[in-house]
Amino acid sequence: MSTATALKTLIDIRDLDLYYGTYHALKKVSMTIPEKAVTAFIGPSGCGKSTLLRTLNRMNDMIIGTRIEGKVEIAGTDIYSNEVDVETLRKKVGMVFQQPNPFPKSIYDNIAYGPRLHGTRSKSQLDEIVEQSLKQAVLWDEVKDYLKRSAFSLSGGQQQRLCIARALAVNPDILLMDEATSALDPISTLKIEELVQELKHRYTIVMVTHNMHQAARVSDQTVFFLNGEVVEFDNTETLFSNPSDKRTEDYITGRFG
Amino acid sequence: MSILQDANRKQISNRRKVDMTLHILFLIATSIGIIALMALLIQIMMDGLSRLNLELFTNYPSRMAAKAGMKSAIVGSIYMVLIMAPISFILGVGAAIYLEEYAKKSAFTRLIQLNISTLAGVPSIVYGILGLTIFVRGLALERSLLSGALTMTLLVLPIIIVSAQEAIRAVPKARRDASFALGATKWQTVSRSVLPSAISSILTGVILALSRAIGETAPLVMIGALTFVAFLPESIMDQFTVMPIQIFNWVSRPQLAFHELAAAGIIVLLALLIIMNISAVMLRNKYQKNV
Ligand SMILES: Nc1ncnc2c1ncn2[C@@H]1O[C@H](COP(=O)(O)OP(=O)(O)O)[C@@H](O)[C@H]1O
Ligand SMILES: [Mg+2]
Repeated sequence: MSTATALKTLIDIRDLDLYYGTYHALKKVSMTIPEKAVTAFIGPSGCGKSTLLRTLNRMNDMIIGTRIEGKVEIAGTDIYSNEVDVETLRKKVGMVFQQPNPFPKSIYDNIAYGPRLHGTRSKSQLDEIVEQSLKQAVLWDEVKDYLKRSAFSLSGGQQQRLCIARALAVNPDILLMDEATSALDPISTLKIEELVQELKHRYTIVMVTHNMHQAARVSDQTVFFLNGEVVEFDNTETLFSNPSDKRTEDYITGRFG
Repeated sequence: MSILQDANRKQISNRRKVDMTLHILFLIATSIGIIALMALLIQIMMDGLSRLNLELFTNYPSRMAAKAGMKSAIVGSIYMVLIMAPISFILGVGAAIYLEEYAKKSAFTRLIQLNISTLAGVPSIVYGILGLTIFVRGLALERSLLSGALTMTLLVLPIIIVSAQEAIRAVPKARRDASFALGATKWQTVSRSVLPSAISSILTGVILALSRAIGETAPLVMIGALTFVAFLPESIMDQFTVMPIQIFNWVSRPQLAFHELAAAGIIVLLALLIIMNISAVMLRNKYQKNV
């Protein structure tokens, strides 16, 4: 099957170069990321996966000395153009980090943080958003009686699902996940993988993983990076069963990285 | 030979001796400080407890020791802190936020930073001279409560700025990232994520700084706070006195009875400082629980 062609493109990256000062971290990266599917970035540590992910919600803007060339378009709009304000972009492109990073606030206030930023004040509306987001992150049943408790009272896996719910609460189109399961135990990891399968029906998901098996299990598209370059980009089945580049084959068969 | 038997036993026993000797030396060093402090406290208690009664709090100073109290000084100290607290909090925390979150990391910023750290160590009398020049004379605020409070604000500002900066810096980057990634602006991130995380540490710093101001005498003497005040300040432009000045006044009189009054005054001052320090510690503990 060839999902790559069947799905509509949402993100279009063309000839993207990124420099941290003088360090050339991304080299002429081009790819298209389809809508409502899971795209996985794999590759050895330090090859630029997180860097590329952060260009999609412009979190790199905050790193002093970062310079980019090339184009990143989301739904046809160049996100680095002057018409795009970065707050709106980040509202539309949510992010989940490697370490769960809840705020030292209650579960409720964690979820309500984003909607409040963007002007939602009404209690009933917030209640509704909190419930919906927690349900989408499959956390509602576990926490519905403890919404006033500190988010730190949750386990690591629950905290990460809380962070996913928090990202969903501002109603994004895209969800970026940077090794979101690497700090979790296998059972929590499995839960999040199942969750991603659910979420892809509504959201476009881009995930970085250093775990090839996870990419193979969860994603529709896989991108293999090496030293800041895209080596291969294909639908996941093809890339894992029939890689066209020797380096991809070496990596997925465990010969390096 | 068993692995637990070492050929080099002599060397080990020497090392133990050094260890033991140092242990004793450190113990002595600690004890000297504590014993001296204890002796001082006991001395003050013995002198002052008999004078520690209601009149001390309700009477104005008097030429007759039997009728003298420190009402005007206690009220003066409290008013001064009440005026200082909001001003020094807003200026100090504002400066800390600017330096940590907004200022570009330029040579100029580093220079300001160096200056602030240096100011924290400047002798307090220098702030008195500054206050005299700026507030008493320059702004013609006279020897008022306001002049005193503003001078003391200058004195504690560097301390508050430095401690607030540390508190802000201690907020994990991940917490800022979480906020920015949800589409927050800089100020939204600072006010809704960074400050709530740092606030108890900041308040701890502010309280400790204010407690330093309560014990300071020199700058207020410099700007001309009175030593004998038989009225309560009714506005911020009134003249005033504070506890340490009242104590100083009593100590410098020849009669024994006034020395006892001074000791009682010191007990009150110490009690206030201890209460402030305990609340600072409690705030810090609360903070540690939240992290
Ligand atoms: N803030 C930064 N400043 C300078 N270099 C960075 C920064 N972040 C990442 N890098 C460098 O860019 C390269 C890619 O990093 P990253 O995208 O984090 O890799 P990955 O996520 O694939 O492990 C690495 O060599 C890393 O050292
Ligand atoms: Mg990474």
